[in-house]
Amino acid sequence: MANKAPATGAAQIKSLERLCRAVGVSGGEGEVRQIILDEIRSSVDEVKVDALGNILATKKGRGAKPLRVMLDAHMDEVGFMLVADDGEGLYRFKIIGGIDPRNLAGKQVVVGREHRPGVIGAKPIHLTTADERRKAVAEEVLRIDLGPESKIKVGERGTFAPNFQRVDPSLMSKSLDNRLGVSILIELLRANYPNIDLCAAFTVQEEIGLRGARVAAQFFQPDLAIVMDATPANDLPMQFEGDNVFYNTRLGLGPAIYVSNSSTLDDPRLVHFMQQVAQKAGIPFQIRQPGGGGTDAGGIQRAGAGVPVVSVSVPHRYTHSAMSVARIADWKNTLALLHGAIRQITPALLK
Amino acid sequence: MKQLIQKLTDTFSPSGYENAIRDVIRAEIKGFADELRVDALGNLIARRGRGGRRVMVAAHMDEIGLMATHVDDRGFVRFTGIGGVYPRNLPGGRVRFVNGTRGVIGLDGGVSGNDLPPLEKMFIDAGASSKDDCPIQTGDVAAFERPFLDFGNRLVAKSMDDRIGCAVAIEALRALKSTPNEVYFVFTTQEEVGTRGAQTSAYGIDPEFGFSIDVTGWGDTPGQRDFDIALGKGPAIKIRDGGMLSDPRIVDWMTAAAEKNKIPYQREVLLGGTTDARAMQLVRGGIPVGCVSIPCRYVHSPSEMVDYGDVQNAVKLVLALLRPAVKLQLAGA
Repeated sequence: MANKAPATGAAQIKSLERLCRAVGVSGGEGEVRQIILDEIRSSVDEVKVDALGNILATKKGRGAKPLRVMLDAHMDEVGFMLVADDGEGLYRFKIIGGIDPRNLAGKQVVVGREHRPGVIGAKPIHLTTADERRKAVAEEVLRIDLGPESKIKVGERGTFAPNFQRVDPSLMSKSLDNRLGVSILIELLRANYPNIDLCAAFTVQEEIGLRGARVAAQFFQPDLAIVMDATPANDLPMQFEGDNVFYNTRLGLGPAIYVSNSSTLDDPRLVHFMQQVAQKAGIPFQIRQPGGGGTDAGGIQRAGAGVPVVSVSVPHRYTHSAMSVARIADWKNTLALLHGAIRQITPALLK
Repeated sequence: MKQLIQKLTDTFSPSGYENAIRDVIRAEIKGFADELRVDALGNLIARRGRGGRRVMVAAHMDEIGLMATHVDDRGFVRFTGIGGVYPRNLPGGRVRFVNGTRGVIGLDGGVSGNDLPPLEKMFIDAGASSKDDCPIQTGDVAAFERPFLDFGNRLVAKSMDDRIGCAVAIEALRALKSTPNEVYFVFTTQEEVGTRGAQTSAYGIDPEFGFSIDVTGWGDTPGQRDFDIALGKGPAIKIRDGGMLSDPRIVDWMTAAAEKNKIPYQREVLLGGTTDARAMQLVRGGIPVGCVSIPCRYVHSPSEMVDYGDVQNAVKLVLALLRPAVKLQLAGA
């Protein structure tokens, strides 16, 4: 079995770029799944794709009954599904997952397996009234324009057009949520962890209700689970007055450790452990502000007879839009924190 | 029993942070269970009896609370709620963090006396003068602080929801010297944030049927309408609530036991809210469930009130249910 320390060099950024350029809207994760399978096959003992399309991989630990530790990253991303063909290559669509309709008009998109380029058309400013410009354009009024030669069928999925860029010290792309987490889990699998049975799940359908994670956890029945995801950083200064006290996370402050959101109360033992590992290794970290939102941890925590969970996310700005921004350092530090934590896990953690 | 109720309600354990209350309950029931264990989500499971009908009895040990979201430069703590926290009950209140730190809840300037401000316009003042000397960090957890009051017939405390259910379960377990049934008393976690502990513990135990013991609302104070539940008229047998329809066979089992033993009871039809029984009902292939409710005024405020007679009768009812061999016809009926 290969045993390499996880890295975050040019090769890993190249791999992250490939993941970000792939299209994997919830329920149609095949393209992302294929990239991951190719990347991890040589670093795991067993790998299978389950009935829902989750990738479930294991790396066995040593000893009689090592702790079963589930690592989870969702593969899917938000996007659209075409729901009606209006002719001339114009399609009505529905949002899959959470996208603010105000982020739609004027965006480039790709649709279908062949990534057919298109645009969500916007009425030009020349022809709009001042009153129209004050209101958001509703999803129902917008059309995806794929051109009259389009062979795309109703029911196919699409998302914002691939646009990955490295602009030091940042990465910019669609679907950083959650290809950042996927790339971290791929890298983590390259190393060996004799202290645990590692159960890795690259899950489907997180964006529409944590569905893949739930069945993945039911399959693995782990002793504990760690979820890696990407979380919003709403850290811009306030536009008018006062301090911004609802930022969720802030760019550049390191991995965001969760304590609570709408779907999960993270296990206090695991939250404490993550902070200790970071402090000992001198890795910067932040506590994600308790509040709304959810990760696969919500599905895992309640699977079977229950699983203690914690989430750790890479902060990024402009989540679920055509272009998000993350700091390379935050991504690296998240990988470093998780690698350190997984190597140090012992059964005493749950005592 | 009043002493036990005070001890339970004096303990600070919001959802997800049930360590303290679990330790208290474990000490109270030690020696009364045939088997005692804690599961992955922290549920405390006490089994009594072996080999008979498998019944799960759930009382949740968590309480609503607050969690710090941000500490500003002057040491004021912004927060969010854990569970159903009503903003109207907060200003001027006191909280206690799990690490022992106390604080008072203040309101942002500019909020008029007639406004009902959201949580975002409130802060906790823990006596600090800067971020550096504030003993609170983002993510720290607090519960409301309010002393226990004994009015004789009526008892008032924070976290009657659902420490009163825990007290009833503890008393019943202690009094259940032997039973032909296989009874699992489960002191559950994370009920207030979505009946999570009940869901996973029910999956692990795989009971044939079960019920929760929890508080319900009240209809007997000024302006309360359309809810036929009063303090002092006995425990309530739940017919339905906002998340669950009790299995009619469980309702019949409960009412028959109450009538046979001359225990006063009320029939509860609650439109909103739900209990651990909802999660239990939907586990695995489905489980017939019901709920023994204790009427409670001012639920989810720092001063929740119950009637002591109702509490004692709830214990009697639970014992009347569990002492004889349960003869419920469940499968293929």
